[in-house]
Amino acid sequence: MINKTYKKLALTGGAAAAEALRQIEPEVMPIYPITPQTPIIETYAKFQADGMVDTEIIKVESEHSAMSAAVGASVAGARTVTATSSQGLALMNEVLYIASGLRLPILMVVSARALSAPINIHGDHLDVMGARDAGWLQLFSENAQEVYDKTIIGMKLAEKVNLPIMVIMDGFNTSHSVENLETLETEVVKKFVGEREAINPLLDTSNPVSYGPVALQNSYFEFRIDQEKATLDAKEEYEKIAKDYEKISGRHYALFEEYRTEDAEKILVLTGSAAGTAKVVVDHLCDKGEKVGILKINLFRPFPHEEIAAVLKNAQEIIVMDRAQSIGTKPPFYTEIISSLYQAGEAKDVKSYVYGLGGRDIFQKQIEDVFMGKVDGQYLNK
Amino acid sequence: MNEQLAKNFAPGHSACAGCAFPAIVRAVLGEVADGTEIVVANATGCLEVTSTLYPYTAWKIPWIHNAFENAAATLSGVEKAYEILKRKKKLPGGDKKIKFVAFGGDGGTYDIGLQSLSGALERGHNFLYVLYDNEGYMNTGNQRSSATPFGAATETTPTGKVSFGKTEVRKNLMDIVAAHHIPYVAQANVAFMADLKRKAKKALSIDGPTFLSVFSPCTNNWKFPTSQYVNIAKLATETNFWPLYEIENGKYKINWATEKPKSLTDFLKTQGRFKHLFSEKNKDVIEEMQKITDDEWKRLVGLVE
Repeated sequence: MINKTYKKLALTGGAAAAEALRQIEPEVMPIYPITPQTPIIETYAKFQADGMVDTEIIKVESEHSAMSAAVGASVAGARTVTATSSQGLALMNEVLYIASGLRLPILMVVSARALSAPINIHGDHLDVMGARDAGWLQLFSENAQEVYDKTIIGMKLAEKVNLPIMVIMDGFNTSHSVENLETLETEVVKKFVGEREAINPLLDTSNPVSYGPVALQNSYFEFRIDQEKATLDAKEEYEKIAKDYEKISGRHYALFEEYRTEDAEKILVLTGSAAGTAKVVVDHLCDKGEKVGILKINLFRPFPHEEIAAVLKNAQEIIVMDRAQSIGTKPPFYTEIISSLYQAGEAKDVKSYVYGLGGRDIFQKQIEDVFMGKVDGQYLNK
Repeated sequence: MNEQLAKNFAPGHSACAGCAFPAIVRAVLGEVADGTEIVVANATGCLEVTSTLYPYTAWKIPWIHNAFENAAATLSGVEKAYEILKRKKKLPGGDKKIKFVAFGGDGGTYDIGLQSLSGALERGHNFLYVLYDNEGYMNTGNQRSSATPFGAATETTPTGKVSFGKTEVRKNLMDIVAAHHIPYVAQANVAFMADLKRKAKKALSIDGPTFLSVFSPCTNNWKFPTSQYVNIAKLATETNFWPLYEIENGKYKINWATEKPKSLTDFLKTQGRFKHLFSEKNKDVIEEMQKITDDEWKRLVGLVE
């Protein structure tokens, strides 16, 4: 049953995240400002100031402490969220691994941004790519609607599988752009997300648990294998929750979105806000008789290798656009796609392009050139 | 072992024979009021490593180790989770009073964890932070911290042809903590148990952030026999090297004093880390250490109204 009592709003991506968080109403939220994430925590702080939510907001003194306090709150048994960007995410890095290693369902909204040096506050995926091995689930969004929807899906998923999740939007392109979106009734969101049922919460003093012990050569390996299995299993849970979400919203987010891929000869793989631009290009090229399509990644961790290979194997040409480098080797999305195809026994030529670093704009023209093989070199709009 | 003593922290941990912190942990936690539960956060360090070697734990109360520098921030999150879950009547096992206690060594407190501690103190969380100060990075094998005294030899301030050990005076953490205007800050010593317990009881009875700095000799790296930690700790106070005092609502009070403090050499000569100072060429280093101790004592006396 699709809920018909939705609202239509015009919000930035940051405000859309805050709106979803208002409806989820987390119990604890450690916050620290950083551009372009700050509007999320400011908006939420105003909700709190106006008595619209009951949340313990902890105004910490750094992102390192934000994630440390999030670990403390989550281990205690509270529903816990935070938000960050760029240098803040890098500063949290140490504790990201602890959050996932302790199997804590923390939700973090990330306005993805470039990393220093040189300093740059604009959209880029280098920050979140730097955290891709931290054991967090990572869910990318294309626009404000997706940010809203995936914040709700992400909270439920994290608490279902007991793993932390990053819901990612492009800094400024999405976080600060006002777009139309549909939101659900608060009661519908609350019912969908449900209450957290913490396993062995620290505050259960009659059942004392030691969290974060020393594990040596005889046990550490097993902890890591268990964590990997839980993360891989989260893929199926994501699909289930995304289907349930479709029932209340009418919007469905598969592991990845296929846009006009049915008989596409060329498929472009990318994620984030640039996917919106690329869709316009695909429509335009298809109108002219070209057979082109897009595969837009939603769930990046765990990475859906088999499912992606099953789509890409039918294409004659595959193009990957990354909004980050992996200096010293090939860009992150590209290596994942190569790996997906190789594992599926599909040796195909895959073209790799890097775009949009530090907020550099990407235009329809450049994406059209990518499809038509008219780009020299690896970098777009440079 | 005495059942009451082992109520919160069991025997069977792997701390060195002659280590001071098991006694400190038991003394502090033993002063929690009846009917109040305890939750502990522990910075990375000797106490954490020796008390929770998986699959064993010495902790009979809820305990979390997050990382080295974030015990205070971690406990901020735990404490706020308690506040809201209590308010929403969602506390596991029903309504109850919980006191939150952090333990950290001097590396995790004076140095890498100072920012996290400062933030938590400034925010006014309801917790007691206990520093067990063994004057260096003992868990990693005796490197200098900003708590290491002037003149001490460590692995990163070794003595040599042109070196007499650490060349910097240790940081005054008590004043730094007191500058946060928290209700209660106290310095104690494992050798003065009654004083330590009184201070712990007081700190635990206050709603809001409180801080205990406790002298905790390290047999391995200060280099003294395992039977001697209490005697050496006692000398630290008797020489005014480690005064016992408290700062309550900004007011300083000295808790132990003598008209004739012992010479600092009485303390220094008990430990291998100061052995090099007893050569002719380092005579002035000992004189300097005595002067630092005397000046610091005079300054402290001056702070008492």
